[in-house]
Amino acid sequence: MPKRQDINTILVIGSGPIVIGQAAEFDYAGAQACIALKEEGYKVILVNSNPATIMTDSEMADKVYIEPLTVEFVSSIIRKERPDALLPTLGGQTGLNLAVELHETGILEEFNVEILGTKLSAIEQAEDREQFRSLMNELNQPVPASEIIHSLDEAYAFVEQVNYPVIVRPAYTLGGTGGGICNNEQELIEIVTSGLKHSPVTQCLLEKSIAGFKEIEYEVMRDANDNAIVVCNMENFDPVGIHTGDSIVVAPSQTLSDREYQLLRNASLTIIRALKIEGGCNVQLALDPESFQYYVIEVNPRVSRSSALASKATGYPIAKLAAKIAVGLTLDEMMNPVTGKTYACFEPALDYIVSKIPRWPFDKFESANRKLGTQMKATGEVMAIGRTFEESILKAVRSLESNVHHLELKDAHEFDDAIIEKRIRKAGDERLFYVAEAIRRGVTIQQIHEWSKIDLFFLVKLGKVIAFENVLKEEIHNVEVLQEAKEMGFADCTIAKLWNQTEREVYDFRKQNGVMPVYKTVDTCAAEFESTTPYFYGTFEDENESIVTDRKSVVVLGSGPIRIGQGIEFDYATVHSVWAIKEAGYEAIIVNNNPETVSTDFSISDKLYFEPLTIEDVMHIIDLEKPEGVVVQFGGQTAINLADELEARGVKILGTSLESLDAAEDRKKFEATLARLEVPQPLGKTVTSVEEAVVVAKEIGYPVLVRPSYVLGGRAMEIVYKEEELLHYMKHAVKVHADHPVLIDRYLTGKEIEVDAISDGETVVIPGIMEHVERAGVHSGDSIAVYPPQTLSQDVKDTIIDYTTRIAKGLNIIGLLNIQFVLSKGEVFVLEVNPRSSRTVPFLSKITRIPMANVATKVILGTSLRELGYESGMHPEEEGVYVKVPVFSFAKLRRVDITLGPEMKSTGEVMGQDSTYEKALYKGLIASGMSIKPYGSVLMTVADKDKEEATALAKRFANIGYQVIATEGTASTFTKEDIRVKIVNKIHHEDHNLLDVIRKGEAQLVINTLTKGKQPARDGFKIRREAVENGVPCLTSLDTAEAILRVLETISFHTTPMKKVRPTKEVTTV
Amino acid sequence: MQRQLILEDGTVFIGKGFGSDKEMTGEVVFNTGMTGYQEILSDPSYCAQIVTLTYPLIGNYGINRDDFESIEPAVHGLIVKEICDAPSNFRSELSVDEFLKQKDIPGLAGIDTRKLTRKIRQHGALRGRVCNMEVNVEEVVAQLQNHELPTDSVKKVSTVKPYPSPGRGKKVVLVDFGMKHGILRELTARQCDVIVVPYNVTAQEILQLNPDGIMLSNGPGDPKDVPEAIEMIQGVLGKVPLFGICLGHQLFALACGADTEKMKFGHRGSNHPVKDLKTNKVALTSQNHGYTVCEPSLVNTPLEVTHIALNDGTVEGVKHKEYPAFTVQYHPEASPGPEDANGLFNEFMNLMKNNQKVGNC
Ligand SMILES: Nc1ncnc2c1ncn2[C@@H]1O[C@H](COP(=O)(O)OP(=O)(O)O)[C@@H](O)[C@H]1O
Ligand SMILES: Nc1ncnc2c1ncn2[C@@H]1O[C@H](COP(=O)(O)OP(=O)(O)O)[C@@H](O)[C@H]1O
Ligand SMILES: [Mg+2]
Ligand SMILES: [Mg+2]
Repeated sequence: MPKRQDINTILVIGSGPIVIGQAAEFDYAGAQACIALKEEGYKVILVNSNPATIMTDSEMADKVYIEPLTVEFVSSIIRKERPDALLPTLGGQTGLNLAVELHETGILEEFNVEILGTKLSAIEQAEDREQFRSLMNELNQPVPASEIIHSLDEAYAFVEQVNYPVIVRPAYTLGGTGGGICNNEQELIEIVTSGLKHSPVTQCLLEKSIAGFKEIEYEVMRDANDNAIVVCNMENFDPVGIHTGDSIVVAPSQTLSDREYQLLRNASLTIIRALKIEGGCNVQLALDPESFQYYVIEVNPRVSRSSALASKATGYPIAKLAAKIAVGLTLDEMMNPVTGKTYACFEPALDYIVSKIPRWPFDKFESANRKLGTQMKATGEVMAIGRTFEESILKAVRSLESNVHHLELKDAHEFDDAIIEKRIRKAGDERLFYVAEAIRRGVTIQQIHEWSKIDLFFLVKLGKVIAFENVLKEEIHNVEVLQEAKEMGFADCTIAKLWNQTEREVYDFRKQNGVMPVYKTVDTCAAEFESTTPYFYGTFEDENESIVTDRKSVVVLGSGPIRIGQGIEFDYATVHSVWAIKEAGYEAIIVNNNPETVSTDFSISDKLYFEPLTIEDVMHIIDLEKPEGVVVQFGGQTAINLADELEARGVKILGTSLESLDAAEDRKKFEATLARLEVPQPLGKTVTSVEEAVVVAKEIGYPVLVRPSYVLGGRAMEIVYKEEELLHYMKHAVKVHADHPVLIDRYLTGKEIEVDAISDGETVVIPGIMEHVERAGVHSGDSIAVYPPQTLSQDVKDTIIDYTTRIAKGLNIIGLLNIQFVLSKGEVFVLEVNPRSSRTVPFLSKITRIPMANVATKVILGTSLRELGYESGMHPEEEGVYVKVPVFSFAKLRRVDITLGPEMKSTGEVMGQDSTYEKALYKGLIASGMSIKPYGSVLMTVADKDKEEATALAKRFANIGYQVIATEGTASTFTKEDIRVKIVNKIHHEDHNLLDVIRKGEAQLVINTLTKGKQPARDGFKIRREAVENGVPCLTSLDTAEAILRVLETISFHTTPMKKVRPTKEVTTV
Repeated sequence: MQRQLILEDGTVFIGKGFGSDKEMTGEVVFNTGMTGYQEILSDPSYCAQIVTLTYPLIGNYGINRDDFESIEPAVHGLIVKEICDAPSNFRSELSVDEFLKQKDIPGLAGIDTRKLTRKIRQHGALRGRVCNMEVNVEEVVAQLQNHELPTDSVKKVSTVKPYPSPGRGKKVVLVDFGMKHGILRELTARQCDVIVVPYNVTAQEILQLNPDGIMLSNGPGDPKDVPEAIEMIQGVLGKVPLFGICLGHQLFALACGADTEKMKFGHRGSNHPVKDLKTNKVALTSQNHGYTVCEPSLVNTPLEVTHIALNDGTVEGVKHKEYPAFTVQYHPEASPGPEDANGLFNEFMNLMKNNQKVGNC
């Protein structure tokens, strides 16, 4: 069928901020969709609240709106733009839900906006549990028995029918709180009771547990002409019971015979045909390892994380084709973009194996519950491609950047066998490594299988890797053994350890003996057809397919998996750098390992190497490609960290030199430089022992800020108010010694200010200054940033411009740099200089329309800023106000303290823009998911040090008619200032304490600054968690509270009684 | 044990031998299916061929008692990247290695199968030999270059005597040119009363059985190597409804005056899109053929093209303009591969039903 001629304007809805369960994959999908629709000649209007995305670049669509993804705002866009149609299936669950809401308000009908792709009715049929079940029954597709229950008795009744084990899924709790699998009555009582308690509608879904089954996914596509195909199937290494997003996944399936494969294929296609899906769809199935019995787990009627993975795993661009299907094209008339010769209506054949491993944020949240279950916790993932499972999984492991390069458990000796067994039975994020350790300790594969239900196929392979460690140990410098080890995917550093040599020695020895990888093409067709796509992976075999051209090339290192502190912003910058390199006439080569991202779309660069970002894997590519140099400043800390090893191996680092990078990152050199440049920074010292720490802290004076050196995202950074806190920190948070120094700085309270700049060594361009709402001490990534600054005097701005310019020149920065300042008692100090692209680059680029990453890349390639038309100094401030509001995923991370501090905790961000600060802030907060009620109740429990400040806020809340709720302590302070307060019982009270207030939704806002402790026991922690679990906004910084108040004050007219008549002087007349 | 694959162009692939350690020669072809190696190994159409599987990990789910497409595999060798020595599947009974030892078929693992596949894609199917390291490569290459591909493959794999597979439904004579069990399975599933007959059955012999329909099976090699079958088809055409698959399809085309030719490297895999020209819908099909019906040669025949390969436009199905007879190049019985085209067997059933209503034509 030819494409639709009756529509020309299409509204595409993005997926909003990055949160756990919804990451960069939707930027990839959305960007592809926009490109595809424009290719077909449609006018595209895009709306997304997330500025850190490629899809929100002005080139991506004819009109780009960075506005809150709410009915209110999208409706106004619809009224304004009058699109003919809306494409909802590429913006994840967010886009889908929003489309449904829009439909329900009737606005789509009113302006006859047609929904493209899968019809809403189908979407509801897939999403609504009841409708879905009945459909499955019609199609006689088996689903696990389940029932909604409201009481323990109903639970018993259900178990009567289906027997244990059953799985409990509380309704409408964000964190999946209180859910779990029950194997016996006791667990049932426990989990159901807590589930009911936590569910605001006291409702739980009980389902027959099929944990332990093989979890298999099919990525399928269908067009309006009913052609339906399977793009890829995937098998979870972790059986059913662990969310696919938290499971290690391989593609294609490994342990299914053709009969099982076709059984599940037929089921998947039957389902999407019944749902009349038009586009991409994800079907999750569970297969009994002992029979042909299977169950349908769920269907996602849209592109998803899995479809991004499937696209990268096969080369088949699902989102792109889904978008074209949505406008009426059919699979059999579209070309397979990879071969260019064959049609899109086919099923890719892989001739390699793909492994995906999730990346979890537990390195940031020591206190978090690391157990994995039916609720996803990962923030990102890595993918690796190999010709054997061993190679593929080991490449994936070293792509994780968790300081493991092998199936190796950190400090394994610390764990006794009992722990090992426990951690294998009940999966956590490190199960893979516990399994390896168990094998090393001689536990049988069979035993591990019984503990974990992981398929023997995978366990046997892991066993082979472990066994080969010993072979290697015995066979130092045996070239055949080395070759075999590399075919198995062993990293040089692992071999080096076993041979006790340096990694470099192993690399060189390999090179001398010709043990080097070749690169194979990902071509969708297992080489049956010629393909020209420049999408490669490395493996140790005969034939190399990556032909080096005679064009000058530049290698760009990507930023690896998305994690807290290193998010999608870095992929944004990487992609722009690649584009700039192409513009400059070089061949742009990218190396990255994150399947979710735009940068790993093979159509972005001239050559894509889907490889781990380790020195070894990068050097292989460089040895082959012999590029002009390597660009490291856009790939976050991942790329920066490779710089010195690369230079040590004679590779040219383009842009800011290694020396300068070091001068900014090495504490001692940095202090020296700033001193030389006469730029003040907080008093601070580096210590290498606990004793030293105590002394230094005393002389600097408390409060001090302590942290280990060389980190991104302020990991393990704390503000310490007294000596015992310091001692506790030194003991627990860090392992201090000579080569792990700890930094101690004076903690300066004051405004935090952030700047990004571009420098060519002579000219220093400052696109903009951002002022933070939260005072220094709250990580820059977690605080609300405002452009242009609202409270800074001109001479503070001038100082900042001056310091920035001095630093850029002084460090001889070539490219981007990012600086954070604190304005303390009228004086400006430098907190940190990042000689690289930063989190705020996309935000500022979009506001100022200076393509920062692009300009920086041109500079890196040797063009001066002058030649590019830029002058030193600050870019004139833009009209309007722009705020960047952080977004957190606390609901998904149980036991994590949400208190904001110097450690970054947010997973994503949104942008709010408007003519005034308050309006912009309102939009930003709304976009971040906060609901702002003009009246209601605010629950305040604050630390003594904050009481005074809090009182002022309480007064203002009372003024706009908010009911202030507080516990005695806080309340008494307020009443002194005659603020009307409703007193509520402390936690320990039996009846109606403040937790009940939160649970029962009696407070619209919680302000809590009680204790900044990490020990979960504390009351403050309980209150904050309760708020999170119940979706009540909880503010832990009074600055944020103040900002929200300003918004509330502007949206609510506050009422004041008329003043009394002026008394007039008594005059007596005679 | 180290062994090697030598190709007629002199290329040598050294790997680890498994299965039988005897030497075997054959036409080296590749199959891109990611599952279904047991069905492929036992598919008689691979008679005298050495199959390389492009999917690198083979044998993961072992060999079970159910998924055979014939009792005696006729393939001359299996080439893989990695062969699994510890299969994992509830039906697994043997490893592929054990199976190939039993059947005395050589296997070769540990070679760059993608390189081999690309070579075949560029040069077309090549003659090759799996052998030990001792042999003199030049000699082997010379022998391979003079090696004539067998012309009696169908005879080798066809049943010698007729045998029944009783049922209470339509009576179908299934001509065995190297039949995959899947075809019989599909007919039996539809209650057919099947009589399987040898490839060299005559028209009279078939008509004496007075069947409701005739099924022409798949089979190995060049259709022109079985003239007797072509004659038989001409003898029954128009008298009994007819359905043909793969080699059966090619023979039918020849019988109707069309021509067939060898393809460069054929279609072998489970992901071949085929367009139904009537409905304009595409089915993903399982295919295994090195010859094809030449489209131009159909002009002056009573045949019309019903299906084409979406990718290279080759003829995938034809039907007779007057008589109740149709054939397809691909495998509606699947196993291995997608079952999208399974409905063709129902079409055959309808053909037989309707034909009866009309009374024998
Ligand atoms: N009946 C069940 N028994 C055991 N585990 C289950 C069951 N249903 C789902 N799961 C597990 O929970 C995970 C998440 O369930 P799913 O329905 O896919 O929710 P989501 O929408 O979060 O993906 C699945 O990936 C699976 O591993
Ligand atoms: N001396 C200090 N005084 C007050 N706050 C500080 C100080 N040093 C750091 N911070 C706070 O800690 C946060 C993180 O510190 P930073 O040096 O930027 O580490 P990161 O590498 O994680 O960005 C900053 O954004 C700032 O809010
Ligand atoms: Mg799911
Ligand atoms: Mg910082």
